[in-house]
Amino acid sequence: MGFLKIEDLKVHFPIKGGLFGRTIDHVRAVDGVSFTLEKGKTYGLVGESGSGKSTTGRAIIGLNHVTSGKVYFEDKEITGVTKAKSDFRKDIQMIFQDPYSSLNPKKRVIDLVAEPLRNFEKLSRKEERIRVQELLELVGLNPESILKYPHEFSGGQRQRIGIARAVALKPKLIIADEPVSALDVSVQAQVLNFMKEIQDELDLTYMFISHDLGVIKHMCDHIGIMYKGRYVEEGTAKEIFDNPQHIYTKRLVAAIPDIDPRKREEMKQFRAEVNSEYEQSYNDYFNEEGLAYGLKPITDTHLVALPEKG
Amino acid sequence: MAEKLLEIKNLKTSFRIKDDYFAAVDDVSLNVNKNEVLAIVGESGCGKSALAFSIMGLHTRAKMEGDILYKGENIVGISPSKLNKLRGKHMGMIFQDPLTALNPLMIIGDQIGEALLLHNKEMSKTQRKEKVIDLLNKVGIPRPEYVYEQFPHELSGGMRQRVVIATAIANEPELLIADEPTTALDVTIQSQILDLIKDLKDDMNSGIVLITHDLGVVAEMADRVAVMYAGEIVEIAEVTELFEEPLHPYTRSLFNSVPNASEEQDRLHVIQGIVPSLQNLPRTGCRFAPRIPWIDESAHEAHPELHEVKPGHFVRCTCYKHFRFPEEVGKEEEHHGVS
Amino acid sequence: MWKFSVRRILIMIPQLFVLSLLIFVLAKMMPGDALSGQIDPNIDPARIEELRIEMGWYDPWHEQYARWVGGVMQGDFGMSFRFKMPVTELIGQRIVNSFWLSVATLILTYLIAIPLGITSGRYNDTFRDQLITGYSYVGFATPLFIFALVMLWVFGFQLQWFPTSGSVEPGMEPGTFDYFMSKFYHLLLPALSMALITTFNTILYLRNEIIDTKQKDFILLARSKGASESRVYNQHIFRNSLLPIAAFFGFEITGLIGGSIFIENIFGYPGMGQLLIESISLRDFSVVTATTLLFGIASILGALISDIILSLVDPRIRIK
Repeated sequence: MGFLKIEDLKVHFPIKGGLFGRTIDHVRAVDGVSFTLEKGKTYGLVGESGSGKSTTGRAIIGLNHVTSGKVYFEDKEITGVTKAKSDFRKDIQMIFQDPYSSLNPKKRVIDLVAEPLRNFEKLSRKEERIRVQELLELVGLNPESILKYPHEFSGGQRQRIGIARAVALKPKLIIADEPVSALDVSVQAQVLNFMKEIQDELDLTYMFISHDLGVIKHMCDHIGIMYKGRYVEEGTAKEIFDNPQHIYTKRLVAAIPDIDPRKREEMKQFRAEVNSEYEQSYNDYFNEEGLAYGLKPITDTHLVALPEKG
Repeated sequence: MAEKLLEIKNLKTSFRIKDDYFAAVDDVSLNVNKNEVLAIVGESGCGKSALAFSIMGLHTRAKMEGDILYKGENIVGISPSKLNKLRGKHMGMIFQDPLTALNPLMIIGDQIGEALLLHNKEMSKTQRKEKVIDLLNKVGIPRPEYVYEQFPHELSGGMRQRVVIATAIANEPELLIADEPTTALDVTIQSQILDLIKDLKDDMNSGIVLITHDLGVVAEMADRVAVMYAGEIVEIAEVTELFEEPLHPYTRSLFNSVPNASEEQDRLHVIQGIVPSLQNLPRTGCRFAPRIPWIDESAHEAHPELHEVKPGHFVRCTCYKHFRFPEEVGKEEEHHGVS
Repeated sequence: MWKFSVRRILIMIPQLFVLSLLIFVLAKMMPGDALSGQIDPNIDPARIEELRIEMGWYDPWHEQYARWVGGVMQGDFGMSFRFKMPVTELIGQRIVNSFWLSVATLILTYLIAIPLGITSGRYNDTFRDQLITGYSYVGFATPLFIFALVMLWVFGFQLQWFPTSGSVEPGMEPGTFDYFMSKFYHLLLPALSMALITTFNTILYLRNEIIDTKQKDFILLARSKGASESRVYNQHIFRNSLLPIAAFFGFEITGLIGGSIFIENIFGYPGMGQLLIESISLRDFSVVTATTLLFGIASILGALISDIILSLVDPRIRIK
């Protein structure tokens, strides 16, 4: 069994309507998703806005209500456990997108970073202070800055505070939802490097949610591609980027701007081909509702959503 | 010789903070030619958006010095009514966030139509509606008659960006300023929007100023690239030249810090220190010097200027000649040690 | 839109029910009853007891409540023991007076607030703006009843520009133009006093909205289309900034009710506010419950009007 195993996860949100605000339909934000994370690796969840990637991440740690399906963490079922002090809450932490709004501006760094510690561990003031300083040092911030407020830091530094918070309890899994999307490239590099460093140091497993395929390729060992709440393809980074099989993935990968200006014409032609293939074979790859079929294995690691008949 | 459309000479745009003025765009000179995409690249706070806004005259409370010549006519200090005759007609602008760039209380048709109405008083209502529907077609919006009557919140982000573009090109402007036009969009939508902008450029022979932080977008779109840091242009060159041989330390650092989908990198380069705030910008010497402290002081010029190192390739300050990444410095020493 | 309004009106039913229940319970908890004041104390207590039984005083509370609500629905609020007349009749004229006072106050409030708020927001941080915000802060800090007394003393007694009490000159023929003018003349000073002091909310709110909207991207887009400053303001900024003011409208009505209680008493203006205070001090319970209920209904209606206005002008709400 895997480290984190998701089985047929569904998250449906009701649509209210009519005269009395009854539930008239559901938005199938996550519609039957299964995958497994390996310990110590980074798993990337990719998709465009509205694909359900963030909802999946939030559902795993209980921030979104799970409609059906199961979530296992180290062979224990944690589906829908909402108790704040359960063990897995300590082992699974989340990093959010916006370092500006995810930190309470009225709290000092020491209180922000110590908050998870206070929930789970009973430390004396002095012990707590030492732990927080260690954590700040770990994320490359000056340990003297524990009395500062978030606004006194730059975007990258703030995201590091967020990471310090997330690693405070020595978690085993970190779910990072677009952790660098709000940052400038040079700051982004800083945060990504740092996340790789502490991964080795603390033996962390990451689930990395992003729409930025460059970042995903740089960070991830395995990748899942989501579209309209379902998986269209899953595989190693190499399989996804070098040998995409599903037409949706092909188009997504082709759309990444190429860094070589001389390949411009070549890329344009390639994209035009992929786009026409996409339009022509759309009905082969998606059902009448425009949703992906179930995943079929192509190799041991590479799964593609193909129709029954093939 | 390419036809000059826009000529910026020693532009300085300053904002007032407390009682002092601080230049966000500091002594920038640039040309934009017809049928050319000039990309301006840099990170937030480098002054690239302030430059775009200066060209459009959108800073209501900034102090502007220097000249911005549009076809020879200076638009710095021009009267508002003259400026309004240029804006929308001869120059159009595309904004970063399509979710906030449209008036939430106005139907799409009226928002695009406004650009026509303002510059063509003779056009009848029905003509205007026809033209708007034409424009919606042109930017690839399906069912334009229906979308005409819709409000912005009823459209997706990609569709709204197409509406913003339709507004900008309504009067076929010769100059188009695109401020991070695809940053807020998904990658497949981004590629569609970039294609659209390219096609429109070819159609109208316009000059485009493309503001972006995304080097991939630059590689796909630009003819020439200007790199900005701390309010100044630090490097400017033809796109292939710049991508093959970036010279300025900042440009090189930027290239090395982007995770690249087509190349394996274990670690990304991190630029030391942080982007200084507007009040704390170093105003003398090489502005990038504090972020490459391992480079000897003597490598920098006292008053760094743009040097033409090859035809059309300009670099500011002499420090580029001596610049090495710290990793390279280490390796070289190792190498020397062995030999 | 249609669906929205119907649903919004349906929501009012439970609101009204809770309001009426609350008022009924409070009235029940007050000491005494309609008989304790109305009947000669020399009458045999046994006879009073009989009367009480006859009137249903000892019936279960829900039956009494049903009877009261039934009466209210038919416009019967019982008898005022003080004025010895049906409450409905007593309220009739006053509710009209209060209504016009409120309308006049609202109109004056918006006449003052909108131009000032717009000027202040458009030219923020200039001398004009500082003058206007200065006025708003004074308005914010001055208690209404003190300001009203000063107004009354200066313009009513010293300068004698306005009448100092009543809602109409005695002896006027209702329906004539003179009667109408006299009514108008009487409500002008109280309405103006209230408007001057309550505008600060709207001014500051509008100012902030405009400053906020000014920096929005769609304003930049409008400018980049070549729209002149006046067009940018008229077509884009004002409509978007006035939206929250419309949403504020219902709240404004609730504020008016509070204000009218002071104002009507100070200016001797025979309206609902004055009636409420009088009937409280005279323990005229049937009148108190009736006025409180009507004030409550007015507040609920205010919120309804706000929501409907908002749904009319904001397409984002209209769709849902």
